[in-house]
Amino acid sequence: MTKLSELAKTIRSKNAGVDKITFDIIFTDRAIYKKVLASQAVTAAKISSLYGIAQERIADFVEYDPGCAIKFTIYRNAPSGSAGDSDIFGAQQYAPLLDIDVPV
Amino acid sequence: MSLVRIICPNGHLGFAPLKIDSFLRGVDANPDFIAADSGSDDIGPVPLGSDTSTSPEVWQRQDLEAMLLAARRIGVPMIIGSSGDTGTNSRVDRYVAMIKELAAKHSLAPFKLGYFYSEVSKERVRQAIGSSEPVLGLDGRESLSEKELDATDRIVAMAGVHPFRQLLEEDCDVIIGGRSSDCAIFAAAALHRGAAEADAYYLGKVLECASFCAEPYGAKETVLGAIDDGGVTVTAMHPDQRCTIASVAGHAMYERSNPYDEFVAGGRLDMRDCHYTQIDPRTTRVTGQRFEPAKRVRVKLEGSGKVGERFVGLASVRDPYTIANIDAVIAWAKAQVVERFGADGYELHFNIFGKNGVMGDMEPVKTPAHELCIVVQGVAPTVEMAEELCMTGTRQLFYARLPEVKGTAGGVAFVLDEVLKASPAYRWTVNHTLAVDDPLELFPTHTLTVGA
Repeated sequence: MTKLSELAKTIRSKNAGVDKITFDIIFTDRAIYKKVLASQAVTAAKISSLYGIAQERIADFVEYDPGCAIKFTIYRNAPSGSAGDSDIFGAQQYAPLLDIDVPV
Repeated sequence: MSLVRIICPNGHLGFAPLKIDSFLRGVDANPDFIAADSGSDDIGPVPLGSDTSTSPEVWQRQDLEAMLLAARRIGVPMIIGSSGDTGTNSRVDRYVAMIKELAAKHSLAPFKLGYFYSEVSKERVRQAIGSSEPVLGLDGRESLSEKELDATDRIVAMAGVHPFRQLLEEDCDVIIGGRSSDCAIFAAAALHRGAAEADAYYLGKVLECASFCAEPYGAKETVLGAIDDGGVTVTAMHPDQRCTIASVAGHAMYERSNPYDEFVAGGRLDMRDCHYTQIDPRTTRVTGQRFEPAKRVRVKLEGSGKVGERFVGLASVRDPYTIANIDAVIAWAKAQVVERFGADGYELHFNIFGKNGVMGDMEPVKTPAHELCIVVQGVAPTVEMAEELCMTGTRQLFYARLPEVKGTAGGVAFVLDEVLKASPAYRWTVNHTLAVDDPLELFPTHTLTVGA
């Protein structure tokens, strides 16, 4: 098992408009990217379980070959910057992805 | 031979200052345009709703000065979109005033300044709500209702390339834009030089955040984009940065739901078949992009409405028994607020850092940290009520009654024995699109001559 953070070059989150947060997992090595895809360690179902959210909250889940990247986007519970929102930019929601175990 | 070359020194002009060394390298490369975006909805609904900037004026002025002096020195147009973080009319006026002041300060030779507004009246939007073409919601929102419109204080429309092209056709040397699609600022310049739409919009897409499309990570550095022979190239100007296949392709994903589509007023950039080639260590070339014009022009609207006045309080906890029972502590404080103010007519929020503070319900780590910081927000119709509401919610954390707590002299630690007046609370009320017959309708343009 290897942590996703050891395999990916970039793991980040950021607003995609005011109602969504998008997550990018970017690899520099295409072979590793393909292995991670094949391992099924990062799928919409896994994200749903890891974040404890219904799959309907995942707006997009894309395996992006030109960028060697996995990208998914979730709907916010309330628009960015509403009172009580703790992450106006959506920039710190990626942390749980770092420790995903990948069987490679 | 390039059809057009554009440098971008900053991904959000004003939010943090540009880095001058790579900017001057970019200027020395003799671009045809110097352009930057100055706004974002990332900053939350407060600046738009309250018609303020989130950026210090000194930083805005510094970047405008660097860009204006360079553009006039090499004789190329300078283009700014989404002026002053939100692109409201007051922010456009402020940037126009700064350009005039900077021209006088440096005794610049006369030049033509063009600017356009992008605020939309609520009445214009109301007409559409009742028409055969409703104001359609984005990102899962329903069509705009009159109730949500009534709750809105200010609306800006997001310009596509149209007002920028109009002002370029009028030979403007400096363009100050209202709210704009980031990529349209650059695409307009490329289209003005005869580029194909697909290349123009991709160029805009890759340049909009300046060095975010380069590696290693380092923001606010200049990048240079060009169009030649049906392709787009992008080159890092900082000597230690490179635009690589990974960094450029990776940037195509940045801040959008999926990596393939970029929607603007007037169409959609399709990046599904983009092909990336490294042509020198600092430059990547992109081909294969497509552009699909829209059958009907729909303009994105952003609107923000005031929720109430706001105060913020801070409290911290170290006692492990109190931490284990923090929900009871919060419940006590809330109950005291209800006793004083009733159950509604205000908002009270507790963000508990150390226990799901950043991620809320999405946090997979269920064990709290050994110390917690609680940020309390009280939002109410008046300043007086918001202050007392927040004070009650914060101070009653101190008096929470836990049956077995050993420390009975005070349940939390205070960094400040007061609550702080914050910006009023706003919320995004409008994230919708409005159909228009004339793509210039919402973006009236103006020109004037500036300088000696």
